[in-house]
Amino acid sequence: MSVLIKQPSGAAPAAAAAGGKQRIRPSRRRKQRSGYLFLLPWFLGMLFTVIPFFASLYLAFTDYNLFTEPNFVGLANFQAMFEDPRLIQSLKVTFIYTFVSVPISLAVALLVALVLNRGLQGLSIYRSVYYLPSLLGGSVAIVMLWRYIFGNDGIVNGFLGLFGIQGPAWVTDPQFSLSTLIVLNVWTFGSPMVIFLAGLRQVPGMYYEAASIDGASKWRQFRSITLPLISPIIFFNLIMQLIGSFQTFTQGYVMSGGTGGPADSTLFYNLYLYQKGFTEFEMGYASAMAWLLLMIIAIFTAINFIASKFWVFYDN
Amino acid sequence: MALLDLPLKRKLAKQDQPEDALTGTPVSRFSRHLILCLVGLVMLYPLMWLISSSMKPSNDIFRQLGLWPENWDFSNYAQGWTALDQPFHVYLINSMIVVIFSIVGNIFSCALAAYAFARMEFTGRKLFFALMLGTLMLPGHVLLVPQYIIFSQLGWLDTYLPLIVPNFMATNAFFIFLMVQFMKSLPKELDDAAQIDGCGPFRTFVRVILPLCVPAMATTAIFTFISTWNEFFGPLLYIQNQDLYTVPLALRAFMDSEGQSMWGPMFAMSVVSIAPIIGFFIAGQKYLINGIATTGLK
Repeated sequence: MSVLIKQPSGAAPAAAAAGGKQRIRPSRRRKQRSGYLFLLPWFLGMLFTVIPFFASLYLAFTDYNLFTEPNFVGLANFQAMFEDPRLIQSLKVTFIYTFVSVPISLAVALLVALVLNRGLQGLSIYRSVYYLPSLLGGSVAIVMLWRYIFGNDGIVNGFLGLFGIQGPAWVTDPQFSLSTLIVLNVWTFGSPMVIFLAGLRQVPGMYYEAASIDGASKWRQFRSITLPLISPIIFFNLIMQLIGSFQTFTQGYVMSGGTGGPADSTLFYNLYLYQKGFTEFEMGYASAMAWLLLMIIAIFTAINFIASKFWVFYDN
Repeated sequence: MALLDLPLKRKLAKQDQPEDALTGTPVSRFSRHLILCLVGLVMLYPLMWLISSSMKPSNDIFRQLGLWPENWDFSNYAQGWTALDQPFHVYLINSMIVVIFSIVGNIFSCALAAYAFARMEFTGRKLFFALMLGTLMLPGHVLLVPQYIIFSQLGWLDTYLPLIVPNFMATNAFFIFLMVQFMKSLPKELDDAAQIDGCGPFRTFVRVILPLCVPAMATTAIFTFISTWNEFFGPLLYIQNQDLYTVPLALRAFMDSEGQSMWGPMFAMSVVSIAPIIGFFIAGQKYLINGIATTGLK
């Protein structure tokens, strides 16, 4: 149908072009100009993105510290990074956080979305309740709350106490402090869940009807129909969650009062970058750190795109 | 990518999906509801505990799992309101200033850009659009140091300008994308009709397209509200003057003055700080859920 409608409009310019040499009509030039006019704020924004982008690349090779002129130091910043134990620690913290919390929250999000998609009464209420925490997860108030929930006298240990278990010092023990933030991240599974739900709603019901006539079990239907058809959405969620959690900052800052402690166990990469760049003013080093993270994110995204060829199914 | 064109697809889904609200045996339906309710309760428990703790005397707060305060105590709110250098409404007003300008900036600049991408023909449109999508994925911290330097040389440190001005330059590609998707779903005949009636591109945009884009603008406004209200990193970087603190910075200041007696007031102000988000969430649910499903926005 859309082809039928499109054809005449597509044919008209072709016919006009065939009619002879065409000057750019003044109305078209005016249209061109007003297009750029509409984009004017965006062009300014792009300047404000592109210039800092390359400036930070340049600064990454300098010893800039905000107070003196930058000196070119070659790869010194990058060399120093590999010998910086706190930087390596911050990478470790960020990786553990990402690779534990992202799969868990995506799995929970998908599971809940599947249950909700079965057509329950009160779907919108459940959806709202599960979604609300993801709006609050990054707020200072909630991270502070988390600190007290998991505190020595907090409700988590109070709850464990009901069963006679002496809970650990979640926040002050370096072994456990990061796990409280992983729980916090899983708590915000609502936003990928809403995206999954929107995707699940697009899987045509007739596929399931056909499959159940053929005697396919629920599990088989999930594996052979649902999973392939929503794999692009799983992929999209995975990418967005990875990029987001690599850049975690507030959670680590508030949980540790800005230090990344105890014993650097919540020293997220961006928190360390902030400390280097804006409390120690080693801005050359901070720029180099920013570029390292950009490269890490780019590599992981690229790996994901390559791997997606083997598991993401695009139905055109 | 997996970005969904909702209005159309939702219609399709309605046709295809059998109304299966009543599938399964009553027992399985009941158990599903039971599990979902339990999960919901676990998820909301921290929030309810926060609200109830804000109404308890500080000594009662810890090790108390119950949600119903034994001793009601609203003095936490009065105490928290005046605990910092400035009364708490100063920080609320500061945050509101940043939020309102950010919303106006985002709607204004993103709608303009979106209209150009969705409807206008000009050289380089595709290239610019690809560039715009590219910035969606660009982690902001890469730009951090140079932007900080620029702002400090402009003398904008300790002002709200670094938090507000970028929003007027359509730097939030998510919202452009959202509006492009929305504008593309509007019939093109509207533009043509307006043009025949003698409207130039600006009049068409302001009189025809913008009024129809209210849902997309509402989504933009709500998301901008929530993210700006929660924003911690930007204010931390640019605002040193305590009188200019936004709410998240003020809350952080509570943490510095730690001590058991401050827990109640701190929780009270935490409730005050998240109440607007919950309010906006309840009022604007429809736009939020559609928005997130359209763009995958957090």
